[in-house]
Amino acid sequence: MSEVAAHRWDASQSALPAWSLPKDAVDRIALPGEWPERVTRDWALGDATGKGIRVCILDSGVDDTHPRVGELESAVVVSLGENDETIVDEDGEGDVSGHGTACAGIVRTVAPETSISSVRVLGANFSGSGAVLLAGLKYAVEQGFDVINMSLSTTKKPFASTLHELADSAYFQRTVLVASAHNMPVESYPWRFSSVLSVGSHEEPDSLAFFYNPSPPVEFFGRGVNVEVPWLGGRVLTVSGNSFATPHISGICALVLSKHPELTPFQLKSVLYLTASNVGGGK
Amino acid sequence: MTDQPDLRAAVAAGVVGSEDSFHVLLSAIVEVARSIFGAKASSIVLLDEETDELVFEAVVGEGEDSLLGMRYPAGKGISGWVLATRTPLVIEDVEQDPRHARDVAEGTGYVPKGIMAAPLLTEENALGVLSVLDRPEQSLFSLQEMELLGLFANQAAIAVELLLKARKAERLLDDGDGDLRVVARLASAVDALEDSRRKAGLRLLGELADMLGA
Repeated sequence: MSEVAAHRWDASQSALPAWSLPKDAVDRIALPGEWPERVTRDWALGDATGKGIRVCILDSGVDDTHPRVGELESAVVVSLGENDETIVDEDGEGDVSGHGTACAGIVRTVAPETSISSVRVLGANFSGSGAVLLAGLKYAVEQGFDVINMSLSTTKKPFASTLHELADSAYFQRTVLVASAHNMPVESYPWRFSSVLSVGSHEEPDSLAFFYNPSPPVEFFGRGVNVEVPWLGGRVLTVSGNSFATPHISGICALVLSKHPELTPFQLKSVLYLTASNVGGGK
Repeated sequence: MTDQPDLRAAVAAGVVGSEDSFHVLLSAIVEVARSIFGAKASSIVLLDEETDELVFEAVVGEGEDSLLGMRYPAGKGISGWVLATRTPLVIEDVEQDPRHARDVAEGTGYVPKGIMAAPLLTEENALGVLSVLDRPEQSLFSLQEMELLGLFANQAAIAVELLLKARKAERLLDDGDGDLRVVARLASAVDALEDSRRKAGLRLLGELADMLGA
């Protein structure tokens, strides 16, 4: 982590106001332009393992006893108290549906050495689950994870503005929010926000294949059909859905960031675009 | 009890029909879903907000005799995940998932090997889950099927929304002092009349409305 932290630009150390750039300050924000002549997939993620990158699975919990998941950095469960205050406890229950374990397993497969944490926002009750989701995302953003995998969405409009603020906070603090796109005819959030990285499914049986979508709001397609995943009770199942495409892209983000920890979400998106399987031959 | 929305709902309940006809509609939707996917069973569960449970409202195929009306906690399991996250998913070999087996299959003897599940969504609310169980084993799942499932879920959601409105209207009638039930009966009776008698009935009601100063 210290390696990653060293690359983070600390605004509090700068005399610059964030919204303007005086003439004499140009030198002070000079950044190394170490881009290769051509950004290739090998440059972006060749030999990367995800080491040093922290991925958060915001979902139904994660079963860390499954061999395809392995050790977690942390596991907490988020709930709301009587006055709607956020309560964060160690998660002793693990996974309440199997989905979070599947997502963690996918991230582990794609980026084997990445550090995985679980923030459980599902399972207590259905009612109020939207508010818990929001509290959980806020907690995850505050923890400064490099990547937050969010294979879920809400249709509640009142939550949209808070989610938007959280997504932007994540974006500006270099936390990449990877969110599942909705393939049903309803408005849902946060995947539609431009500050998140939104994911739909492709059918290729290749976990590292990903496509850029020239017709947003869905920006990328990850592997989301007939994927083998760990599930509860040490099982392995075959699953499909955008919610499984999302952790593939989260894992790919972890790979790229482990090689290039200085990348901001904006730059990371550009690298994904340049190395997508359908852009410039995907090399 | 006599404000306009309640009265309109009561009249609507009289005209639109009983809960039975909505159940026929929901059953037709799950029946078509089952045939299109060549599946063994299909079902619709709806959220009971008061108890935070999912209730089987329509079942076709395996388990249709025993599952209808059965309840299980809405926060957990695969349907619980689909409902809370508003996200469809497909899982094969569900029989190996002890939670799913416990939630749905307990007491029926039927443990599915695969499930496709999609949320039933209206504008903001998740009303329930449409499930298709056990597609043919030899066929790999495709994105086209996911789209199709979404379309069915959308249709089912519209039917469910109507059902819930009808139930609400029924509740209003039952909870009230009986006044509104008369209005609903009148609306239902007039609606059932043939052309000339219907006109006469409407004229009579119009006269009554004038007399009451409505």
